[in-house]
Amino acid sequence: MSGLLAVESAGALTTVQDRGRAGLAHLGVPRAGPLDRPAATLANRLVGNDPAAALLEVTWGGLALTSDTGVWIAVTGAPTPVEVAGAGRGSGRAEWLPAGGRLRLGTPVTGVRSYVAVAGGIDVEPVLGSRSTDTLAWVGPPRVQDGALLPVGAPHAPPAPLDTPRPPRPGALRVVPGPRADWFADGALDRLCAASYVVGEESNRVGLRLDGDPPERVRAEELPSEGMVLGAVQVPPGGQPVVLLADHPPTGGYPVLAVVHQDDLWQCAQLRPGDPVGFARLRGA
Amino acid sequence: MDVLDLRAFGPAAVLAEVADSAAARSLAAYARAARVDAEEVVPGARTVLFDGVRDVDGLARRLADWTPDGGPERGPLVEVPVVYDGADLHDVAARWGTDVDGVVARHGEIEFVSAFCGFAPGFAYLAGLPEEHAVPRLDTPRGRVPAGSVGLAGSWCGVYPTASPGGWRLLGRTELTLWDPARYDPALLAPGTRVRFVPV
Repeated sequence: MSGLLAVESAGALTTVQDRGRAGLAHLGVPRAGPLDRPAATLANRLVGNDPAAALLEVTWGGLALTSDTGVWIAVTGAPTPVEVAGAGRGSGRAEWLPAGGRLRLGTPVTGVRSYVAVAGGIDVEPVLGSRSTDTLAWVGPPRVQDGALLPVGAPHAPPAPLDTPRPPRPGALRVVPGPRADWFADGALDRLCAASYVVGEESNRVGLRLDGDPPERVRAEELPSEGMVLGAVQVPPGGQPVVLLADHPPTGGYPVLAVVHQDDLWQCAQLRPGDPVGFARLRGA
Repeated sequence: MDVLDLRAFGPAAVLAEVADSAAARSLAAYARAARVDAEEVVPGARTVLFDGVRDVDGLARRLADWTPDGGPERGPLVEVPVVYDGADLHDVAARWGTDVDGVVARHGEIEFVSAFCGFAPGFAYLAGLPEEHAVPRLDTPRGRVPAGSVGLAGSWCGVYPTASPGGWRLLGRTELTLWDPARYDPALLAPGTRVRFVPV
């Protein structure tokens, strides 16, 4: 351990996330992990961390913390005003947070979730092999509260301040047909792709809930519970599709019409309630 | 239906549909023993999901060697001591056409087997209740069901590992810890585990 972060304000929801808890879905444990993976990977790379290092996922900004030793930090994800020791700083690059200095995140200008990586990673005790907090069943470290003290690991590489982040290119969520596409009317997937949906208020780390045209089902019976994957587009009886995200239950009882390509899932982390969402068939699918 | 109906579930997952829950357990156990190339092997009510698969065709070839195992369940046996004082005990007795002692006796006679986990970490769907003893879920779920509550829904039996809202009809409660992330096997009733309820 090489120091502590003292959290003064955790904002609306701040959790610790690493790559998630693999291999336990059959016991009912969600995988968790950052919702915007490319942003989390970039933040770790900027401060010289391994991509598996644990960092903070900050929802709607509002995080304020200090370091007792001084530490390299990087903020990525939703574009957010970043203040380091009283001075405005950019995001998407490594910054030195001096001992006693405060890092403060404002409210995101666009998007929802920001990522704060510190050199050495957040070194809280792992639970079942991961430092990710799952918000469905609360497996993992507790959510970050005001007043929390977070241990920081020992840095093992210098920060990498020059980087080429992925260009943010939001667009339609590309999908392939799901395993239960045959539970829906002919052409239901094409109509899903032609329609426009709106992000619902209830969206969270479990799923992106959409309002819009309900896909037409041809089989009305209940689906016996079956395993679910990240990005599955489930259609509950009400007809409003849900894109399953990192904290989704490992099994579910609603048919899956489509599956969102994993390269597009980061967008689901940054869409706000009320934002429009479209789907498009992945070429060749 | 073929013994095994494989459906793509996105580019890196395969959903194998089989005849019933026993076949799903058998396939999941076979796949784990064969160490197939999948990050997750998740049995469902009559499916097995293979997620995090790098070579979908290779997996399909491995699974083609599986035949449903009609033999007895071979998982470890866990005895669950139960105090039968659940809020729905009399209701279940009426539905089964017996009294409370009759429910306790019939529930205790059955060797259940954990078919799959879902709903919450360590919440096992226990198969074994005869179809004629199936009971519907509560119309209005309870806001809070204490940890250790033993209940029925449809032809499934389950034990709540943690306190949560729930709509299962409650027969009683156990002191056993069903879910403990600090334990080597965090879920007491992992899929394949045989379960007997013992009145105390």
